[in-house]
Amino acid sequence: MTKLSSIKNKSKSNQLNKKSLVTFLILFLFSLLLILLCLSVGSSFIHPFNVINHLIGSGTGEYDFVINTLRLPRVSLGFMVGAALGVSGLILQGIIRNPLASPDIIGITGGASVGAIIFIVSFMGTVSVQWLPLAALLGAAIVAVFTYAMSWKDGVTPIRLVLIGIGVAAAMNALTTMMIVLSDTYSTSTAYLWLTGSLYAAKWQDVNSMLPWIVIFIPLTLLFSRIVNVKQLGDDIATALGVRVQLYRMLLLFISVALAGSAVAYAGGIGFVGLIAPHIARMIANRSFAVLVPITALIGGIIVVLADLVARTAFLPLDIPAGVFTSGIGAPFFIYLLYKNRNM
Amino acid sequence: MKSLLSRKSYKIISIIFSFFLFVFTFLLSITLGQTPIPLDTVFDAIFNYDGSITEHIIITTSRLSRALIAAVIGSSLAIAGALMQALTKNPLAAPDIFGINAGALFFIVVSVTFFSVSSLVHYMWIAFLGAGISGGLVYLLGSLGKDGLSPVKIVLAGAAITALFVSFTQGLLVIDEQGLQSVLFWLAGSVAGRSIDMLLPVLPFIISAGIVALFLGGSINILMSGEDVAKSLGQKTGLIKAVMGIIIIFLAGGSVAVAGSIGFIGLIVPHMVRGLFGSDYRWIIPFSALFGASLLLLADVAARFVIMPQEMPIGVMTALLGTPFFIYIARRGLKIND
Repeated sequence: MTKLSSIKNKSKSNQLNKKSLVTFLILFLFSLLLILLCLSVGSSFIHPFNVINHLIGSGTGEYDFVINTLRLPRVSLGFMVGAALGVSGLILQGIIRNPLASPDIIGITGGASVGAIIFIVSFMGTVSVQWLPLAALLGAAIVAVFTYAMSWKDGVTPIRLVLIGIGVAAAMNALTTMMIVLSDTYSTSTAYLWLTGSLYAAKWQDVNSMLPWIVIFIPLTLLFSRIVNVKQLGDDIATALGVRVQLYRMLLLFISVALAGSAVAYAGGIGFVGLIAPHIARMIANRSFAVLVPITALIGGIIVVLADLVARTAFLPLDIPAGVFTSGIGAPFFIYLLYKNRNM
Repeated sequence: MKSLLSRKSYKIISIIFSFFLFVFTFLLSITLGQTPIPLDTVFDAIFNYDGSITEHIIITTSRLSRALIAAVIGSSLAIAGALMQALTKNPLAAPDIFGINAGALFFIVVSVTFFSVSSLVHYMWIAFLGAGISGGLVYLLGSLGKDGLSPVKIVLAGAAITALFVSFTQGLLVIDEQGLQSVLFWLAGSVAGRSIDMLLPVLPFIISAGIVALFLGGSINILMSGEDVAKSLGQKTGLIKAVMGIIIIFLAGGSVAVAGSIGFIGLIVPHMVRGLFGSDYRWIIPFSALFGASLLLLADVAARFVIMPQEMPIGVMTALLGTPFFIYIARRGLKIND
């Protein structure tokens, strides 16, 4: 009898895996098509066949500048940033067990912004711009540690973490405003553009330095997936099952900060991706964390690339920051979530 | 009975004392700054003004209006905060945390960018509209669901609405850089560099809202003892709540129109007042008004000295003062009246 039910379970989980795999492949194909579209559309249109020809190396080289120098790094960076933000949000929602958590709401993005703005206002010109991401990461890390420490009172409860995060986010907003108001006009508009989140003028150098963060931390998240699954049952059950709740919560928070911080570092505050992507992932895939990680990463990437595509083509010749569009979609979505979770 | 009497006389003495505190901070705000001006010169400037003396010009054109604006805005925000904390039964309630400031600001930025509005009377009405829409939205979202208004839900709703309006504002400002320079002032929140004319159109609304709030204290006390109790005592709870809502919109929206987004005064002051004088709203409201004015005046004086010779935007000062306070309340737990 037990044997029978275990076989039954196994076949069921196989089915699930197969279904997830199909979902993953469909999303993957969709991403590739979208990237192809992004490479061909813009202020000058390049036929997709020519793009493919160029990519596989049999082109004439006439699109070298537009594709290799302008569009490809921008699309790659956008995709990675979206993936990082999405997974970061997924982790936060998992450990806080609140569907409304995301790196922007609890101040991680704000911390990164303060770090970057301080850099733009005080060191731009004297120190090479490639250190900007480091400043942003440092800001994100400091804020995360601070928020976590402040939420500690015989352990950290998810609700306290969110509330204190909101307070800290407000303080970060004030600091950003202060830096902007006190700086001169030029750094003001640079800082503001950066704040809203833009992929404008992305370079291969950015892509290369963003890549390690994705390659290291997303697989690391997968490694922790079993623990998150258990933790979603609640602190008491998780403790009873032998999961060292506080330790893992801290480790996962660290990964989440690293992902969000690096994303903000390279593309500014592209808002709400960390909130939406995990939700869309949960709608189309099952609730196992291990499955959700890659799917969320793909969806996050798709959202940012799509937003950037609209932002740079809809109002030509204006190149609007992608962050405006992600917020435009994200904020109403957040309200919908509040409505949907009204009985929580 | 005697203890009641002494408690009452304690409050009366305290309110006189608070009034003197307010006058003291007001005088500080007029006398201190990059050019310190002695008190007798201040009186001279007011009572026998001489246009050839620099100090007199500073007093009449800048210091006096600045101090008046700070006092009015400080008390409006504090009363608005006290009413919001009563209305939502949430110790973290304040105009900025519930998205009212961000909403009013967003509407102002939209009107500047798209409709080139530039008169203060229009700003004021637009700010009222923005404050009403965002405040209403947050209240609605926070009270959805079968267990009604819950403190955590409404704080989250406030954070969401704030994020929504802030990101839209940022988007608009990126597209319209010239607009950015002209609205940075509101973004940061400031009482400096505004002439008293800016305050005048808003003043009638703020004063009448404040007076109504003073008389509402008793009704709020009844409301705080619970919806059912209030109803059985014959109170029209819906009406009282609606009046409170309108007062909050006038006070908070008017403040944003005059001085931009100044945070945390509405959060801190009512807590201080409750801690010192108990939870009787007939007293909380006047005390909040006096303490709010004094606190904002002090913050404004401090803002002049922190990074001399530049001035810190006052909204930043109050945010930095208020965050530790916010964290303290969040750690203590979301229960009101203790």
